[in-house]
Amino acid sequence: MMKIDFSGLDPAAPIKGRTDELCGDILATPSFALPTTHDFDGFQKAAVQMVKPAKGTTTLAFIFKDGVMVAADSRASMGGYISSQSVKKIIEINPYMLGTMAGGAADCQFWHRNLGIKCRLHELANKRRISVAGASKMLSNILYSYRGMGLSVGTMIAGWDEKGPGLYYVDSEGGRLKGTRFSVGSGSPYAYGVLDSGYRFDLSVEEAAELARRAIYHATFRDGASGGVASVYHVGPNGWKKLSGDDVGELHYMYYPVEPTSVEQEMTEVSVA
Amino acid sequence: MARYDRAITVFSPDGHLFQVEYALEAVRKGNAAVGVRGTDTIVLAVEKKSTPKLQDSRSVRKIVNLDDHIALACAGLKADARVLINRARIECQSYKLTIEDPVTVEYITRYIAGLQQKYTQSGGVRPFGLSTLIIGFDPHTGTPSLYQTDPSGTFSAWKANATGRNSNSIREFLEKNYKETSGQETLKLAIRALLEVVESGGKNIEVAVMTKEHGLKQLEEAEIDAIVAEIETEKAAAEAAKKAPSTRET
Repeated sequence: MMKIDFSGLDPAAPIKGRTDELCGDILATPSFALPTTHDFDGFQKAAVQMVKPAKGTTTLAFIFKDGVMVAADSRASMGGYISSQSVKKIIEINPYMLGTMAGGAADCQFWHRNLGIKCRLHELANKRRISVAGASKMLSNILYSYRGMGLSVGTMIAGWDEKGPGLYYVDSEGGRLKGTRFSVGSGSPYAYGVLDSGYRFDLSVEEAAELARRAIYHATFRDGASGGVASVYHVGPNGWKKLSGDDVGELHYMYYPVEPTSVEQEMTEVSVA
Repeated sequence: MARYDRAITVFSPDGHLFQVEYALEAVRKGNAAVGVRGTDTIVLAVEKKSTPKLQDSRSVRKIVNLDDHIALACAGLKADARVLINRARIECQSYKLTIEDPVTVEYITRYIAGLQQKYTQSGGVRPFGLSTLIIGFDPHTGTPSLYQTDPSGTFSAWKANATGRNSNSIREFLEKNYKETSGQETLKLAIRALLEVVESGGKNIEVAVMTKEHGLKQLEEAEIDAIVAEIETEKAAAEAAKKAPSTRET
């Protein structure tokens, strides 16, 4: 019977080598038996397919001269049904690091929380904060070990460490990319259009926030699986701060206010003769 | 008492782990090793027993690299040292791969000490019979560090320390003569300390110096001889100065 490897849930053990026979039962990781189907591969594929459509979202993050700007929508959809308009897709890993949620909500929430625990344990053991590179690598190693098992996570880890602002894209395939501009989710093509055309490294904080907000708005306008509230966060040298959370419907009328049009045919009261 | 000293996992009634204490005895029989931390230089010096004529002395290096910025010297069972050093070297690279940063001296010391402790709390194994001196520069802040671990798995940071044969006398000397030094002065202090218990001469000492810019540099026998000679003349001059006033009085 196969067992899932939960060693990602270990408290940070000082000894990383798994080949140590002395560990025995002391460091035994919790595990549960996998379902005994005839066709495990088929089962896996079906599980992955079931979760696949759920990357209905728009998240984006970019580095500029004053740090990292992170923004996301807040809609959760199950196929054609909008299950929530108020999902928190920007997850606060710790006071100086943010993660974005795209894909399976439970997967993202759980593994980001787990990453937060691991970052804190690293701080306690080593008396210094973990770098964004290190944190994103811990997450991507965990996700890689679950590769093919149906996790659906498309996240960006944004933070500020000793080397300055850091931004990494990490996904459930086990990929990890360092970059300055990312957008993840079904609305990302639309967001990229606005983001890439308006981006400059020397934006001010307000300009960058407005760019992020507009990019999310335009994605929610065209993508059915994105909507709700456009949240914008800024990560600076002293940690992250939420800048705004605007309903995209209201943003629409802010960007495209209704013009009063001239009436061609006016209907007037006809006096009764 | 004899009943409590066979298995490592058994405490004696008065709270001793005899196997660990016997391991410390093994360390006390090993060759002397000294470490001195300066402001920009850290020095490790190890006693070298006279090499047999046919032995290739280059194959018995006692001061080894764990990474570009960390080095280790030890006293005790050399075969055990090889095992620990290999595990530590792997851990240095594994850490670099996962955290994308080089290890700190404190981290790798903690790892080695943790390994040593594990072998004091498992069945069917014996403790590692060695104490290590670990030196290095912090990759982020550049501060030099010197740490020592022992068979029980404890570790701590030191300004200067010695382990192995006659380590108590060396430590006494260091306590009396230690002051913040840098560069060549640190090197001389370390060699002077080791010469307290070791026969004078380049072929009896192995010395390595670590600096932030150049990493670990093993000194040649000729270089060591030169410094030893310098130390001898300084000592002779100090003796002469001490004797001179008293002769004038008589």
